Amino acid sequence: MGLKTPLYDTHVREGAKIVDFGGWDMPLHYGSQIDEHHAVRADAGLFDVSHMAVLDLGGARVRECLRFLLANDVAKLKTPGKGLYSCLLRDDGGVIDDLIVYFMNESWFRMIVNAGTRAKDLAWLVAKAAAFGVSIRERRDLAMLAVQGPNARAKTASLLPAPQRDAVLALGPFVAAEFGTWFLARTGYTGEDGFEIALPAGDAAAVWTALRAAGVRPAGLGARDTLRLEAGLSLYGNDLDEKHDPLSSGVAWTVAFEPAERQFIGRGALERVRAAPRFELVGLLLEDRGVLRSHQSVMTALGPGEITSGTFSPTLNRSIALARVPAGAQGVVQVEIRGKLLAARVVKPPFVRHGKPLISM
Amino acid sequence: MSDIPSELQYTKSHEWVRSLPGNRVEVGITDHAQAALGDLVFVEVPEAGRRLTAGAACAVVESVKAASDIYSPVNGTVVESNAALASSPELVNQAPYAGGWLIRIEIDSGGAAPQLLDAAEYARLLADEAQ
Repeated sequence: MGLKTPLYDTHVREGAKIVDFGGWDMPLHYGSQIDEHHAVRADAGLFDVSHMAVLDLGGARVRECLRFLLANDVAKLKTPGKGLYSCLLRDDGGVIDDLIVYFMNESWFRMIVNAGTRAKDLAWLVAKAAAFGVSIRERRDLAMLAVQGPNARAKTASLLPAPQRDAVLALGPFVAAEFGTWFLARTGYTGEDGFEIALPAGDAAAVWTALRAAGVRPAGLGARDTLRLEAGLSLYGNDLDEKHDPLSSGVAWTVAFEPAERQFIGRGALERVRAAPRFELVGLLLEDRGVLRSHQSVMTALGPGEITSGTFSPTLNRSIALARVPAGAQGVVQVEIRGKLLAARVVKPPFVRHGKPLISM
Repeated sequence: MSDIPSELQYTKSHEWVRSLPGNRVEVGITDHAQAALGDLVFVEVPEAGRRLTAGAACAVVESVKAASDIYSPVNGTVVESNAALASSPELVNQAPYAGGWLIRIEIDSGGAAPQLLDAAEYARLLADEAQ
């Protein structure tokens, strides 16, 4: 018996196949994860992401604190509600977690972190934030839904009264705002447009039912994984971990080296990696038939690498992967699958965005 | 409740076996197995002529989530494998006992009879696994 979100009974009623995910009993799919994947690419899908943790950081020096704790620079967040994707690093540059942080006001930032890393994140943040007088409150009173797909925003807005509806639809990408008891952000993990909504746990089941009535289809963790991998988005524990730095993990774009005078945890280690990069994360498209999986070995002209995430792409009808390979590897590489070497091509993720393939087949 | 046709035989590893004329059998995976695996996206079956040993891995089915070995229920030789699965692996999900069959095998003559379960025994196995 694992931890249950406020929507557990709803999932069971919807016919979900429940699996253990980092200690949580979560829906893998509700019948066909491929159908759910296509529903998100073509229309709108509904995910329960209540296992993720919402942390509220408060204090007069919270911005200063986060400029030191995060590899990305919250100085970029100038308007209330604006969000930023960042890694949380150890001193040696290893990735503790990846997260989104929102600037709400000068004494309140909101952070959304992964379920599996929640405990270590909290321990790390509490220890580091003390010196800045910043308090951290975990919002276990909140559930979280993700509504994703080309029609997700319109279908979500249809639940709201007219004035709020317009404001919700006017929200820019990676911006959040509070609407009554909802904290609604135009973010996601699928490569499609949509919202992620944190709301009181007691309201989650009713909102789920209303979204279903608006024509949004439930989607499980299985579809969430194929969608995020097609979108080239990292999964903590697969593509990101404490043994690797963000520059070798496909998220170099989230590290703010400028301004040069900003000190942040892990900066020294990353400066050394940046001067002499050894590995990078690339996309792979399998040219042969089969399915790429994490931990399969990759042979490149520059040396060996390893797949960090692999799956079958329902949109491309081919197998795709993210792989950590020697920096500069390109062209056709070999992947070992059950003792056989199969050809795969190095490509630049994302593979799919807004319903459209982005790589040539 | 998964479908367990009474005229077939079964293995503990969730393959089904259909007797064909001339000491041959047709083999697939059960309705229970396909449901547990989820949407299949790749099936690797042995070529005709390959020798199979009862209990040894002889094919692989991959769902979006994972790869699973399929075990030969008998000693014998592959006569034919289901070519349609190369382009339509979803047939195994849609019709596990019909269009989703995997291989046809000519059983070795003179060997011991294969150890298989009947439908009632397989239903009990599933009930036990569900405990």
